[in-house]
Amino acid sequence: MKKMLSNPALWRGVVSIAVFLILWEIGARSKQWMAPEFFAPFRELLGAIDLKKDYLPWIGAVPAPSVVLASWIAVLVDRSYWQSWYMSLFRVMAGFLAAMLIGIPFGLMLAVSRVTHGIGFPVFEVLRPIPPLAWVPASIIFWPTQETAIAFITFLGAFYTIVINVLGGARSIDVRYFQAARSMGSSRWDIFRRVILPGTLPSIVVGSAVGMGITWEVVVAAEMISGGGSQIGGTRGGGLGFFIWNSYVGGSYEQIVIGMISIGIAGFISSGLLRWGGRYVTPWLKAR
Amino acid sequence: MNEAATVSPRIVPGEIAVNGVSKSYGAAHFRKEVVHDCSFTIERAKLTVMVGPSGCGKSTLIRLLAGFEQPTAGTVTLDGAPITGPDRDRLVLFQETALFPWMTTWDNILYGPRARGQLTKEALEFGEFLLVKVGLQDFRDKYPGQLSGGMQRRAELARAMINNPKVMILDEPFRGLDAMTKELMWEYYARLYEENRRTNFFVTTDIDEAVFLADRMLVMSNIPTQVRAVIEVDLPRPRKLIDIFESDRANDIKKQALSILHAEAMRSFSRGSKAAADFVEAYLKRASRA
Repeated sequence: MKKMLSNPALWRGVVSIAVFLILWEIGARSKQWMAPEFFAPFRELLGAIDLKKDYLPWIGAVPAPSVVLASWIAVLVDRSYWQSWYMSLFRVMAGFLAAMLIGIPFGLMLAVSRVTHGIGFPVFEVLRPIPPLAWVPASIIFWPTQETAIAFITFLGAFYTIVINVLGGARSIDVRYFQAARSMGSSRWDIFRRVILPGTLPSIVVGSAVGMGITWEVVVAAEMISGGGSQIGGTRGGGLGFFIWNSYVGGSYEQIVIGMISIGIAGFISSGLLRWGGRYVTPWLKAR
Repeated sequence: MNEAATVSPRIVPGEIAVNGVSKSYGAAHFRKEVVHDCSFTIERAKLTVMVGPSGCGKSTLIRLLAGFEQPTAGTVTLDGAPITGPDRDRLVLFQETALFPWMTTWDNILYGPRARGQLTKEALEFGEFLLVKVGLQDFRDKYPGQLSGGMQRRAELARAMINNPKVMILDEPFRGLDAMTKELMWEYYARLYEENRRTNFFVTTDIDEAVFLADRMLVMSNIPTQVRAVIEVDLPRPRKLIDIFESDRANDIKKQALSILHAEAMRSFSRGSKAAADFVEAYLKRASRA
């Protein structure tokens, strides 16, 4: 603990967040300390270039962190807020795990088998540029429930990244390792298990970390578009994406910010866990 | 070396014969012949050093000896049997380390026996013996990334030796080590060879390295690769750096090899340049007058 407190990196992080919050607080309260005349010349300028006179991006329109915090404490006891967390987390995990379970073997197969690559890669490459969100309508039509539709879209978000990383990682293993393994009498299976698999592991970790980030982006957008599966029943929340959208529609601006920060925290925790797991399975990388 | 006698398996040195070997790359019009009608023998239980200018196709020859590639013409045989593919009886130490970065020193050393399903008590004992032999007993559970360049080379020697190959092939193994480590590695490697007298084939561009280590020295030409001269290095063993550096005989051998190498290097340097070609001609004239 003492060691942690004397860690300059930790203090830099604390200062960074504190300064950010203070600037935000000051900016959000600018209505109170800034004369309205201050904006007059800007308004004139906007009028001159034919824009709506009162349209001006202004941080004063955003709730201050102190207000958000107060509202957050109120929300913390609200069951539907935690339901939103749970729903989003569940969808991310389902989509992400499915992407790993299918993506890693698929990527490895593309890398080691010329036949699989010849058959699988062209289709993969045509589908890959389609953004996951473009799949939303088709996916809602195809899948029986909204829930599976959203899980499928989150799956797509991570799947492509994981496959491409696994394929690239396996392909970039130095030929010397294969030559050495073959010379020492390794069978094909042995080479796969003891050279290709560990050689690809760092790329699997990187691909998963990037994929996890995309999964959060996708799940939130999918929840917003699809209405978060809220028709399932009022007691079940619609996920954090729907939480934000609902707050916007309901005019509760503090809750919009709460939803956003919640996603930030969720993404931070999940990528942190992934990094930790990644370090655990690739001990030779930290050992340098 | 009583300990060695009890743990290490009996060494069976092999002999490699290269007969009229050619190797070309590329198709039709862009064909480039890297090795042309090359013949030499890697004699049994001797340390043969191949020395030649960089980029002269030595690495191509190694791939042929290891069986990673097949010659376009001619034959490569080990004890009379043609080489058809990679095998544990001909192990290669590459220019850069080929230790598996994801395995500890100990797991790297045991790779061969484990791959062949021969992780017996004897193999483990031999592994322990080799680990001590290469002086890495304190680094058993470290990853290659945590070892210095010299340690990596020694770990790799152990990883090769546990398979008890008939021929060890080393492709500029000490390149990239600092001067001090390199000379220590020469002495270390020479001692290792003197102890076990396995057939060794060592490729280098460094003439000092070649003279210090070799029983026989093959001096190579530029591309297409051929043997220009075979020099018997009759310096006494065991060899110590200090003795060799002070030896007149070693210096004579070095000069002899250098004169051949120099002409080769100049020829490759001058290729395509009239000025350089003239310079080489003048140099050769002066050399022949002297």
